[in-house]
Amino acid sequence: MTLATTYMGLPLRNPLIVGAGPLTGDFDNVRQLEDDGAAALVLPSLFEEDITTEQLTDFFSYDTYGDSFPEASSYAPDPESAPGPDAYLEHLRRVKAAVDIPVIGSLNGSTPGGWLSYAKLMEQAGADALELHLFHSASDPALSSAEVERQMLQILTAVKGELRIPVAVKLAPLFTAFANFALQLDAAGANALVLFTRFHRIDFDVIELEVLRRVEYSTSAELDLRLRGVAALAGRVRASLAITGGVHTALDVIKGTMAGAHAMQTVSAVMRYGSAHLRKVLTEVEAWMIANEWNSLAEMRGNMSYQRVPNPAAYERESFRRMFSVDVARG
Amino acid sequence: MSKNLITVDGNEAAASVAFRVSEAIAIFPITPSSPMAELCDEWASRGKTNLWGVAPEIAEMQSEGGAAGALHGALQAGAQATTFTASQGLLLMIPNMYKIAGELSPFTMHVTARTLAVHALSIFGDHSDVMACRQTGFALLCSNSVQEAHDMAAIAHAATLESRVPFLHFFDGFRTSHEVSKIEALSDDDLRSLISEEAIFAHRERALTPDRPVLRGTAQNPDVFFQAREAANTYYDATPGIVESLMTKLAALTGRNYSLFEYAGDPDAERVIVIMGSGAETAHETVEHLVAKGEKVGIVKVRLYRPFLRQVFIKALPASTKSIAVLDRTKEPGAPGDPLYLDVVTALAEARAEKESSFSIEPNVIAGRYGLSSKEFTPAMVKAVFDELSKPDPRRHFTIGIIDDVTHTSLSWDPSFRTEADDVSTALFYGLGADGTVGANKNSIKIIGHETTQFAQGYFVYDSKKSGAITVSHLRTSPRPIRSAYLVERAGFVACHQFEFIDKIDMLEYAAPGAVFLLNASGDATAVWDRLPREMQQQMIEKRIRFFVIDAYALAKQAGMGGRINTIMQTCFFGISGVLPRDEAIAHIKKSIEKTYGKRGPEVVRRNCEVVDLALAHLNEVPVPQAVSATRSRPPLVSELAPDFVQKVSAVMMAGKGDLLPVSAFPVDGTWPVGTAKWEKRNLALEIPVWDAKICIQCNQCALVCPHAAIRAKVYEEPALAGAPETFKSTAYKAAEYKGKMFTIQVAPEDCTGCNLCVNVCPAKDRTNPKHKAINMEPQAPLRDAERSNYDFFLNLPELDRAEVVRLDHKGSQFLEPLFEYSGACAGCGETPYLKLLTQLFGDRLLIANATGCSSIYGGNLPTTPYTTNRDGRGPAWSNSLFEDNAEFGFGFRLALDAHLAAVRTLVQHLAPSIGETLATELIEANQDNEAEITAQRERVLVLRSKLAGIQSAEARHLESLADYLVRKSVWLVGGDGWAYDIGYGGLDHVIANRRDVNILVLDTEVYSNTGGQQSKATPLGAAAKFAASGKSVGKKDLGLLANMYGHVYVARVAFGAKMLQTVQAFREAEAYRGPSLIIAYSHCIAHGYDMAQGAAQQKLAVDSGVWPLYRFDPNRIPKGEPPLNLDYGPPKAKVADYMRNESRFRVIERADPARFKHFLEEAQSAAERRYAVYEQLAGISVPAFEKKDENGGNPEDGK
Repeated sequence: MTLATTYMGLPLRNPLIVGAGPLTGDFDNVRQLEDDGAAALVLPSLFEEDITTEQLTDFFSYDTYGDSFPEASSYAPDPESAPGPDAYLEHLRRVKAAVDIPVIGSLNGSTPGGWLSYAKLMEQAGADALELHLFHSASDPALSSAEVERQMLQILTAVKGELRIPVAVKLAPLFTAFANFALQLDAAGANALVLFTRFHRIDFDVIELEVLRRVEYSTSAELDLRLRGVAALAGRVRASLAITGGVHTALDVIKGTMAGAHAMQTVSAVMRYGSAHLRKVLTEVEAWMIANEWNSLAEMRGNMSYQRVPNPAAYERESFRRMFSVDVARG
Repeated sequence: MSKNLITVDGNEAAASVAFRVSEAIAIFPITPSSPMAELCDEWASRGKTNLWGVAPEIAEMQSEGGAAGALHGALQAGAQATTFTASQGLLLMIPNMYKIAGELSPFTMHVTARTLAVHALSIFGDHSDVMACRQTGFALLCSNSVQEAHDMAAIAHAATLESRVPFLHFFDGFRTSHEVSKIEALSDDDLRSLISEEAIFAHRERALTPDRPVLRGTAQNPDVFFQAREAANTYYDATPGIVESLMTKLAALTGRNYSLFEYAGDPDAERVIVIMGSGAETAHETVEHLVAKGEKVGIVKVRLYRPFLRQVFIKALPASTKSIAVLDRTKEPGAPGDPLYLDVVTALAEARAEKESSFSIEPNVIAGRYGLSSKEFTPAMVKAVFDELSKPDPRRHFTIGIIDDVTHTSLSWDPSFRTEADDVSTALFYGLGADGTVGANKNSIKIIGHETTQFAQGYFVYDSKKSGAITVSHLRTSPRPIRSAYLVERAGFVACHQFEFIDKIDMLEYAAPGAVFLLNASGDATAVWDRLPREMQQQMIEKRIRFFVIDAYALAKQAGMGGRINTIMQTCFFGISGVLPRDEAIAHIKKSIEKTYGKRGPEVVRRNCEVVDLALAHLNEVPVPQAVSATRSRPPLVSELAPDFVQKVSAVMMAGKGDLLPVSAFPVDGTWPVGTAKWEKRNLALEIPVWDAKICIQCNQCALVCPHAAIRAKVYEEPALAGAPETFKSTAYKAAEYKGKMFTIQVAPEDCTGCNLCVNVCPAKDRTNPKHKAINMEPQAPLRDAERSNYDFFLNLPELDRAEVVRLDHKGSQFLEPLFEYSGACAGCGETPYLKLLTQLFGDRLLIANATGCSSIYGGNLPTTPYTTNRDGRGPAWSNSLFEDNAEFGFGFRLALDAHLAAVRTLVQHLAPSIGETLATELIEANQDNEAEITAQRERVLVLRSKLAGIQSAEARHLESLADYLVRKSVWLVGGDGWAYDIGYGGLDHVIANRRDVNILVLDTEVYSNTGGQQSKATPLGAAAKFAASGKSVGKKDLGLLANMYGHVYVARVAFGAKMLQTVQAFREAEAYRGPSLIIAYSHCIAHGYDMAQGAAQQKLAVDSGVWPLYRFDPNRIPKGEPPLNLDYGPPKAKVADYMRNESRFRVIERADPARFKHFLEEAQSAAERRYAVYEQLAGISVPAFEKKDENGGNPEDGK
């Protein structure tokens, strides 16, 4: 019996990857994550707008006041490094040197631009793969879905053209024709598709009339959307598939694999229960597989996908209506 | 010999040598020397090393006095040490300088010679500080130029090691320290050739060490001290020879020849000027010009001023010399002459006595004073001095460079006299500080310096405003080294980077015939001509100006560059001037952008490069018509309603023509009128706040946070609205206390800086469109005229009677008239809202002692000042003494007031039978705890005065002169954290250790803001600051807790952005407390690295995260059995990380060293939690009240 898997060409000892987030951003954690069974690490995302904003903030906040008053030509020491990827790359190098499992860099952006050069720098710093987080808020009425998709494909093509390491694309679920776009990404050379980005939660302060933002841990309930996505693509794309969001238990891993995932990314569960939770999940997956007489994940991968499930209609709207009717009848 | 040419300023030139030959550097920031210390610190932190392969140990001390002490110790322990200072800082070092010299310790200090504060402070250059060190035993070596600052630095370090006499190497503050110039650099090998290793070993041999113990610093008695003092004479005798031989060695290495006293001019000169410092270069240039015209003139440049070697000086003078003018850049009132003059007279007299003179006739020596506080010293003035020497009976003592119409000391000069050769190119650039003009011009000088064979010089003049500062860049290029140490007087290229300047500054006055005028103007270039004032059009026609126009702001906006137009204008300069081929120039500009802004990141570089590409394509040459077409003239700078002094003096200074004011225009003792800022309408804001009365909840928060008192609130009776301008807004007052009155929030459109603080704190939103608040920013230009009228009307509405203000909280306080307005502080300043509040609460009986720093600059830097008066003519009386002594200075106010009060009470008691017992008793005993009681006391004083008028006695006259002291005065000692935590802490501690009634307001920006953001002991853990580039590794000193320990001191920590009510409460309680009070006020600052519009929100986060505690420790609560400490904040509910990540000063550490940042975060978070725990426990402690017993065991207060 084996848990081994291959994810975008990277052989992994098991499918459990610690996803992009604070856990992998802290160097002090990474060895423990490896020891507890993490098959790979995705480093936190380097955000395009963060870098640009910080550069401009420093420029406008410091340089506006420099050389304008006789007693001070500046108001802060010159920084040792510009806002940019240096610290990130250094972290990547240190993590890479500290662990034996694959280390995946992550880049978050929405427009083609100079920041793509950071992808190359991540490769040079030793990243085994890159996770490209393509995010679009879908709130700009002037931007058509076709244009959004065109830009994303352009980014992927640009990055693929520069890099030799595999490139995964992490997507939000907000696409009109998700499966079609996923196939286009596949055709453009994506080595993996990671489903799906979790959004910050927003809320309203109805007295102060402000939008509140917060980050919450995911729950297994969020797995549902990912299972649908992966099940729709399994067997239809060359790219590996990964699930991120809602992976908490051994059963979540089993389900994800059955939907067709090659890897499962987890963050919230490890943040909540600690690194040892990885070991627990993996032990339970093994026990479940033995109990249910599965020899490998490959055997079960995709058996519940659209292509192979006996009743694909169960994924569709029709089944929802019937289920709802039953519930009403029960009520 | 290949030359290493570099383009640097004088500070860098000196520091680059000092760093390489030093092992220990103790520093303290002071203008204009600070950049030397900053550079050394930066080099050390980047791993640069000295000649011996290690980075010098660098330590910032708490004052220059502290630095001198540390240096003295370092020297005793055998290190090669150095420091950098000026002015008051140098004075603080003097005690140790005597010791260092007395112990013959090899040591070099580099001094940017700066004016000493007398009737006023000045940051600019003269020799008054250096001259105050003549008696210390230091050798004084002077550099006249940037090249010399480099070379003489090396000579000084080498000479002190060989001679054991410590050296003070000096050059003129600003004129040399800040002039950017192309020079030949000394290599490490050059320095090694000059520095004697044997001398280093000998210095180390003399070090205090337990391995070879000796004793220094003995106390000696009359039997031996005198002889021992004379024992060092031979070392001083040897020093000039050592310096001379090192100069010879330097000449062999570099080809640059120097001597102790250097003569230039006609070998048979009859008239000679003796001078030192940058003025010598101007004099040299003038002498060459005059000699070429056949005049027999010359100059002697004094380099080694101490020890003064008479024989060499006499030899430097041609035997043909008939008359000598000695020019001093200092003033010694009451002396028979200024110091260099006295030295020359003495030298000549001694030479005559010793028969060393070879003069054909004994020269007549006259004395001139010039250049105080960087006053311009031009070739025309040099010429005037030579002309004076030509006279048969020249003035024995004169001044040059001013018009002295009082004691008539001044020589007149011909301003049209010029010496600049035709092949020297000159340019003037008028810009705003914020638009980056100076930075770009520094880069232009470097490009020209590096990429052409031309020599280049840049000098930059700033006004003293921290927001909307005007800068003038003076650039010269020449095929020869440039000696012109004076401003450009005739420019071939004049650039105006801000269109509004055409109505404020007569820029073309300095344009040469045929010059280029480049103007940044919005809109259609062809229409710009018609927007110029008549005077300017006339000048352009008369001078045949070539006129170029570019809409730089449009291009900057297009590229997302905000108001940064510097690289656009720089590109235009190169494009028009042809200093370099266009393509080559653009390539170099981009390279310099990469170098300058690479530290900010590729996006910043990209945007800057983008505008460079756009610039030339949008540059237009506009034909200058044959005739003037403008119908308008340049408007007057100040209103015709301004007082006479403002019209005749302040306005001239505002126009940049203060040099023209004669001596008679000025008060004799530095006393200056208040309330002048209101006449300087600067119109800085592109957008101003606009009030929506319908949305407003009348909380007055906008008024409280405004740093410039440019948005105000008033309540008034409805009839007062009669005659209101059409657009004046008013609404009914909502709350109960002034029911029936009307309410207005009004902006001062021409005084607002557009900082947005008011908008960001405004809590009132349109519920149907929350984006729209009660205050919203809108473009200023279309609103200016109407709002100007509205504001005038608003100011003339009656003020609320102070006694009528019902709730004196953060809202009610804003109905009190601010008596601090429109200062030159930064837009969004975090300090000035506190000062404004202070003047609102107590302004009509307020004395302020202000430590030197930001608050003294925006509080007292001419031409205009923000402290003002109310309609009764009362207002804050303000003074600045020094940086280090402010607590003591303000304490002195209280001593005087207490003395006056004791005297006046005694007089009232003596005169009680005449003035009435009841009145006398009330005058002495009446409470003055609130506005109504103070008003009542003022009225009693009026009654007293009327009664005294009828009493004929000496006591009555004394009582009249002191009567106003019966009204309680409020003494505030104001300053920044550099003063309170560092340089002035000893004094502050002593003052609070007394029980005198003084109030201390610490405007805590957590760095030395005024000198450029150097760390203080208030700098928090993990913050990057100058001298703590890798993040401060020690937490902020808890000044409040230290003060709390006394028990009798009222202490509060406040942050107006977090809790305005608590701020106002603290100010009122502190003032009410009849003992020492200390308020430590969180002041956001540009040095923190974020948008100041978010200042209030960041203050709130500081408090919510526990970084900045809010509390009030009130000893008055002790007798009531209450805990004296009242916590005004709760357990930390936000993360310190969120606070720190909002500010670049912390984030730079995260970028540079994430692990170190993480450590800082954890420690800061823990510190915030621990701090709360400690304060929470302290807040629970009640202490038994101390009951003072008299000798009989009773309470002495009982008898009253």
